[in-house]
Amino acid sequence: MASTDVSASEEVNGKKLEQVETVVIRFCGDSGDGMQLAGSQMTNVSAAFGNDVSTLPDFPAEIRAPAGSLAGVSGFQLSFSAHDIFTPGDEVDTLVAMNPAALKTNLRDLKRGGTLIVNEDAFDKSNLAKAGFQDNPLEDHEALSGYSVHRVPMTRLTRDAVSGLGLSQREADRCRNFFALGLVYWLYERDAKPTEDWVRAKFAKKPEIAEANLRALKGGANYGFSTEAFTVHYQVAKAKLAPGKYRKITGNEAVAFGLVTAAKLAGKSLFYGGYPITPASDILHELSRFKSFGVRTFQAEDEIAAMSSIVGAAFGGELAVTASSGPGICLKGEAMGLGLMTELPMVIIDVQRGGPSTGLPTKTEQSDLLLAMFGRNGDSPLPIVAARSPGDCFYMIQEAMRIAVEYMVPVIFLSDGYIANGAEPWRIPEVSELKPIKVTHPADRDGEDEFLPYKRNDKLSRPWAIPGTEGLEHRVGGLEKADVTGHVEYSPVNHQHMTEVRSNKVDRVADSIPELVVDGPESGKLLVLSWGGTWGAVRTAVQKCNANGASVAHAHLQYINPFPKNLGDIIGRFERVLIPELNTGQLRLLIRARFLVDAVGYNKVQGKPFLVSELTDQITSMLED
Amino acid sequence: MSVELPVLSAKDFASDQEIRWCPRCGDYSILAQMKKVLPTLGIPREKFVFVSGIGCSSRFPYYMNTYGFHGIHGRAPAIATGLKVSRPDLQVWVITGDGDALSIGGNHLLHAIRRNVGIKIILFNNQIYGLTKGQYSPTSPLGKRTKSTPLGSVDNPLSPISVAIGSEATFVARSVDVDIKHLTETLERAAHHQGTAFVEVYQDCNVFNSGAFYYASKKGEKEENVVYLEHGKPLIFGKNRDKGIRVNEGNRPEVVELGSGINEDDLLFHDELATEPSLAFMLARMRSPEFPEPLGVFRAVERPVYDREVNAQIVQAQESSGEGDLTKLFHSGDTWTVE
Repeated sequence: MASTDVSASEEVNGKKLEQVETVVIRFCGDSGDGMQLAGSQMTNVSAAFGNDVSTLPDFPAEIRAPAGSLAGVSGFQLSFSAHDIFTPGDEVDTLVAMNPAALKTNLRDLKRGGTLIVNEDAFDKSNLAKAGFQDNPLEDHEALSGYSVHRVPMTRLTRDAVSGLGLSQREADRCRNFFALGLVYWLYERDAKPTEDWVRAKFAKKPEIAEANLRALKGGANYGFSTEAFTVHYQVAKAKLAPGKYRKITGNEAVAFGLVTAAKLAGKSLFYGGYPITPASDILHELSRFKSFGVRTFQAEDEIAAMSSIVGAAFGGELAVTASSGPGICLKGEAMGLGLMTELPMVIIDVQRGGPSTGLPTKTEQSDLLLAMFGRNGDSPLPIVAARSPGDCFYMIQEAMRIAVEYMVPVIFLSDGYIANGAEPWRIPEVSELKPIKVTHPADRDGEDEFLPYKRNDKLSRPWAIPGTEGLEHRVGGLEKADVTGHVEYSPVNHQHMTEVRSNKVDRVADSIPELVVDGPESGKLLVLSWGGTWGAVRTAVQKCNANGASVAHAHLQYINPFPKNLGDIIGRFERVLIPELNTGQLRLLIRARFLVDAVGYNKVQGKPFLVSELTDQITSMLED
Repeated sequence: MSVELPVLSAKDFASDQEIRWCPRCGDYSILAQMKKVLPTLGIPREKFVFVSGIGCSSRFPYYMNTYGFHGIHGRAPAIATGLKVSRPDLQVWVITGDGDALSIGGNHLLHAIRRNVGIKIILFNNQIYGLTKGQYSPTSPLGKRTKSTPLGSVDNPLSPISVAIGSEATFVARSVDVDIKHLTETLERAAHHQGTAFVEVYQDCNVFNSGAFYYASKKGEKEENVVYLEHGKPLIFGKNRDKGIRVNEGNRPEVVELGSGINEDDLLFHDELATEPSLAFMLARMRSPEFPEPLGVFRAVERPVYDREVNAQIVQAQESSGEGDLTKLFHSGDTWTVE
C-alpha cells in the first residue's frame, strides 16, 4: 500500500508491522472539520520524528461553504519518507474522508489497493444528498473493491471517548479530527507527543477541551490497535538528511524569516506595507510578530497604499517590502514604476495564485511571470527572482533584498500558493553562515558643490541618500530625471539615455548572480527547464527518468530577470528544450524570444501542482520522438 | 545634549529650480509663506520632507530646498505614511490639490487622517483640474462650465473640510492663498500640531478658474463673505463687524445683525477643542453666499498619533523581550536534530 516496496515486516502484539519508504496521506472533510489542523499536526510529528516531509494544503476560498457540500471540501495532503523527497506525492496511499462530499471529490486520487478510512456516521441521507449521491457509496462494493476500506463510526466513537466531560454534542463532534488523527498515528506508528503538547498549550485556558481532544486522539489509536479491521500497520524510518538541526517551515514563514534576517544582518530596520490577500497574508501575520527586531508592519487601506508606503519608507532609508498576489500586484503597478523611476531599493513579493481577476484565490499557479516582467507602463524592467521550495524562500528573499540595495532598484520576488503554504523540513542555518547585505548611505557630497543624486557607480546604481542628512537635500519623483543631477528633464536624448541606463542596470545584475547548474548530462537530447515552485516535481521526474535509463537534463531558474549568463550556452547544448509551467507558456515565451529556440511547453492550469507522473510521461514521450 | 541650530531664513528653503507655475498663480503665495514659516520652527532643514502627488500644486517639492518626493496621482498620503512611520524624526508635509486628494486619492486621504499619522496635509483647492487644462474637479460647484462640462456640471461637489472632519481629523483649518498673514499663522499652527494636520487653502487658478475665490480674497468683498474663527471668541464678521453667527432654536446657524437687542453674548462662540466634531462640522457646511465661510482652525484636538504608537510598540516589545535574536527565532517551535 505504500509508494515504495515494503522492505521488511514483523509481528507485534498480533499486528503485522511493515517497513515502508514513503507514504502519502490525505485528510479531507468539511471546511469546519479541522482537516488543515490534522494535516499540519501529522506533518509536525513526522518531521520531528526525522522523516523528510512535503505538504499540500488544499482548501476552498470560502471560509465556511455550506456544511457537507462539494464546494466546502478541504483537504491536506502530506508525504513523509525515509529518504529525501521533493513533492507531496502523486497518488494517495491512505485517504481519510470525513463525509460523502470529501469521498466524492478525493477518491479518484487514491491509488488502487490504497487504504480508505471513512467516518461512516457522516454518510446519512442528508449528507449523501448534499454530495449528490443517490445511494450510499459505501454499499457499492464494486466501486470500492479496489481499496482496503475501513468504515469507522467516528462520530459515535468520539462522543463516547469524550463523554463525561460535560461537552455539548457540537463540541464533542469537533474532536473527530483528533480521533481520525489518532487512528492514522497508530497506523503509521507516529509518536503523538508533539501533538499532545500542542493540544495542552493551545487549550491551556479550556482544560476540558484539551482533555476531550487528547481522549479523542487516544481513542483513535486504541481503535486501530484493538479492532480486527486493521491487521497491519506501518513504519517509515528516519530520512538520511544532512546533519543539523531542523524545523518545519512553510514558504511564507521562510520569507518572513529571511526578511528579518536580511534587516538584522544589515543593521537596518524593516518596513512592511501590505494589504490582506490570499495566499500572501501570512507574511504580514508573521512579520507583525517580529516587533522586537524593529520590524514595522503597516496594514494599508489598499494595495496601492501598501506599495506607495514602501516607496516612502525606502526613501526614508528602510529595507522596504510589500507582498501580495496577482490582483494586488496589478494595483501596485503604477507605484512600482515610481520605485523604479526614483531608483530606490525595495522588494515586491507576488505569491501567485490562479488568475485572471479573482480567479482561484486558494489555488496555485505560475501565471504572473509576464505581469512581473512587463506589468508597468513604459520601458520598465525590474529584476525578478523566484523561489523553488518553501525553505528556498528564506535564501531567495535575501537575494532579492541584496539585489535591490546593491542596484538601487525594486526587485520582484515570485512565490506561489503551493510553496507559500506547503511545508518542508528546513535545516536551521547558523547565523554566522549567513552573508550580510551591505548598506551605505552617503554622508557628504562626495567632493561636489551640489549633491548629485543620480551620479552612478560601476553597477549604475545611484547613492541612497536619506532625509536627515545635512547638505544632501534633494528631490526625486516620477518625472524623467537628468542623469547625474536628478533635475527634471524632458529632453529627447536624455530620455533615451535614461531608459537605456535603467535597462542596462538590470542587465548588470547578472554579474552578481550564480551561473545556472545543470542536473544530469551536460549536453544531449533533452533539457527540462523549469522555474519557481515546480522544482520539486520536475527534479523528481527527471531523476526518475534517468534512474530508468533515460538521459535527460534539468536546469532550474531562480533568477529570471536577468537570466544567468550561461543560460543561452546551456540551451544551445541540447537538441530540445521542454519547459513545464503552471501557466500557458510564459517562461517559454521569454526563452523563445531571447534565444530563438523552439522550446516545447508542458502546461497545466488546474490550480494544482504537477504530478511527477505527468512529467515523466511527457519526458518519456519526447525522448521517444 | 543641546545642539546649536543654525539660524535659517526663507532664502535657505528656496531650491535652485526654476518655478514653472503660471504667472500670478496662487501657488506662489503659498510657497512664499511656507518658506517663511519653516525657519521659525527650530528644525534643521534636512529634517523636512515635502511629499506630493500629481497636479500643479504637486510641483511644490521641487521648489523647496529640502528633501522632496514628487509622487504619483493621489498617493502622497500613503507615501508620506510609509516615510513618517519609518522615520518619525522627520517633519513630513504633504502638498496636494482638490483632484489629487479628493478624487483619485480620496481613499488615502481618508485613512491617513483617521490614523492620525503625524503629517501635515496642505490641500490647494482651486476647484479645477489645472494641469490637464481645465476639467471640473470634485470641489467644482454645480453648473460649472468647464471643458468636460460644456453644459454645466451636474456632479455634486464635496467640502474638503467636511471630508476631513468626517474622517476623524484632529486638526482642520482653512485659509486663503493671498491672505498672507492668516495663511502664515495657519501653517504655523499646522506645523505644531501632533497628528495629522489638514489645511484647505483657497487657491486661485487664474488661467482655468480665475476669480473662483475672489469673494473670499478680494478686499471689499471678503469682509462680508468670510468669518475668522478664533478659539473662545464669538463669530463676528462684516465690514463694520456688525454681523454675527447665531445658532437658532432649530440648532441651525443663522446670520444676525448685532445691535437692536442682539449682542455678542448671543452669538456662537468658537471652540476648536470641542471633543465632539459637530460644531466643526456645522461650520464646514456654511457656504457663501448664504453664510460667510469660516477661515481659521475648525478643530484642534489631541489623539494618539499613529506613527508614534507603531514605534512605541516596537520599543515596548524590545523592552519586554529584549532585542530580536535570530538564533532564538530560528530555533523557536518544534525542532529536531539529524545526526
